[in-house]
Amino acid sequence: MSAPTDRRYSQTHEWCKLEGEQAVMGLTQFAVDQLTDITFIELPAVGAKVKAGQPMGLVESVKAANDLYSPISGEVVGTNAAAVETPSLLNSDPYKAGWLVRIKPSQKAELDSLLDAAAYDKLCEQ
Amino acid sequence: MVVKTTVPNLFERSCPGANSGAFTAAPAGPAPAELLGKDADLLSDVPPPLPDLGELEVVRHYTHLARRNYSIDGEFYPLGSCTMKYNPRINEWAAAREELANLHPLAPPAAAQGALRLMYELRCYLQEISGLAEVSLVPAAGAHGELTALKTIVGYYRARGEKRTQVLTPDSSHGTNPASCTVCGRSALPVKSRPDGTIDLDDLAAKVTAETAALMITNPNTLGLFEKNIQAAAKILHDHSAQLYLDGANMNAILGIARPGDFGADAMHFNLHKTFSTPHGGGGPGAGPVAVAAHLAPFLPVPQVVEKDGRYALDFDRPHSVGMMRSFAGQFGVLVRAWCYIRALGPAGLKRASETAVLNANYLAAALRELLPLPYDSGCMHEFVLSAQRHGASDRGLAGKIAKRLLDYGMHAPTVYFPLIVPEALMIEPTETESLATLDEFIAAMRAILQELQADPTALDHAPHHLPVARVDEVAAARNPVLKWTD
Repeated sequence: MSAPTDRRYSQTHEWCKLEGEQAVMGLTQFAVDQLTDITFIELPAVGAKVKAGQPMGLVESVKAANDLYSPISGEVVGTNAAAVETPSLLNSDPYKAGWLVRIKPSQKAELDSLLDAAAYDKLCEQ
Repeated sequence: MVVKTTVPNLFERSCPGANSGAFTAAPAGPAPAELLGKDADLLSDVPPPLPDLGELEVVRHYTHLARRNYSIDGEFYPLGSCTMKYNPRINEWAAAREELANLHPLAPPAAAQGALRLMYELRCYLQEISGLAEVSLVPAAGAHGELTALKTIVGYYRARGEKRTQVLTPDSSHGTNPASCTVCGRSALPVKSRPDGTIDLDDLAAKVTAETAALMITNPNTLGLFEKNIQAAAKILHDHSAQLYLDGANMNAILGIARPGDFGADAMHFNLHKTFSTPHGGGGPGAGPVAVAAHLAPFLPVPQVVEKDGRYALDFDRPHSVGMMRSFAGQFGVLVRAWCYIRALGPAGLKRASETAVLNANYLAAALRELLPLPYDSGCMHEFVLSAQRHGASDRGLAGKIAKRLLDYGMHAPTVYFPLIVPEALMIEPTETESLATLDEFIAAMRAILQELQADPTALDHAPHHLPVARVDEVAAARNPVLKWTD
């Protein structure tokens, strides 16, 4: 399976996509497949400051509980209430309806240091 | 025997008046209002909403539930990492003795010398087994022991004017390790494992800083492998004045063979319900004594059981102590059972128990590695981890299916999907108390299950077939938990 080429990826299996002045992030298909059925999501509050590589939330499945890491630094400007209410959205549509956090980046250049789709696919094969 | 699939609870079985007339006479002595005096208005006007049933109904209800219970007394229980060994009956005899079972926790020490002596002796035995200077019997369970030890370590650093905000845990660690760090207000940072399953010393060295309070490591680790480089790991930590914390979950493999204090540990906890044959009863009561090196000892919780000139006492006067971690001095009934176990086996017997536990695990591993991959295959200790991922993604969920089918064979499932670094993990720990015949039955069951699977890839999909409940919907239960039996 290949990752969409319209966005960037972190080593910890989050995707991040720039939309105008804001970036949207979520979990990759690979991450979701590893976690299996997701049962609970905890996201940061709107207005919270997040830092690249630092935990900002929690994703629980029947198999494991994992920290959610922010792929970039900035301020949280929105979270996906539908995904919190219905965590199965992450399993069914991780790249669209299952988005998690909208961030106003403090340094847009950070996005360039994330993996592109080809590099991320390679990471998943290992 | 007819097995009912759903059992009504006592409230649903309640029939007003069913028990009327059994106990109608008011007890002799002052009325409750009189006893309460000025607090008499605290008395309720309405009786408590208890179910009303005849005695036979109650007996049948609990007997029925007990019959459906799965326990080590009934069947094989190879639940990895849990050390489900037999709980000898003599332990129960000792713990149930009136002089011990009915002792009040606030009894004056002069009236409880025997109990205090037992606790003091257990303290000394655990000090000897750990190779560490001082043991506290206070903690109420293994994870509580972790927290107690971390608080003790934090207390030590506080006295030195240091904060130390980080604790390292290997990626194969028990989930309680990072959880205990968080509860203790410290952040947990994972350390990688090497391809052979042991801790990566280079990664450890790269992550230890002046902010590192401790490394929490299980040895043997959760893959059932002895961390051969444990002394080198200890040196890396000690060079940064950090502590080596040993999670004693897997002590059953090394009793009388290796002592954590000798291989560099500064602190550890014991799980009495794993290693020292006390029951894993219904989530408690448990006990997780903590052992520490001399430099940490002043910071252990109070009270500490002490001996002076043949008299025993509880010492609360420890100015550097982190304080009380729970009510009273420990889970006494569990301590009695552990004392009894240690006295019954003696030093040679404890060592033999560990040797047999390792032998039994290796016997199973040697047979089962013919059936399923054994990813970390360098000779196991008391347990080992198979992977049910033989053919990649098509084997997704297979560990769970094998586990469910084993129930039909009258055996408890191994631990599954842990440790996280093994895909489709089946973690198997037979313990020393199982006979060769039982081990062979388990091997035969595993062989039969894999033959069923070979004949029909869907054969295990709906197992178990012979239990009152087949598959529970774990996802629905986690997403929409129902926490009350009625609205």
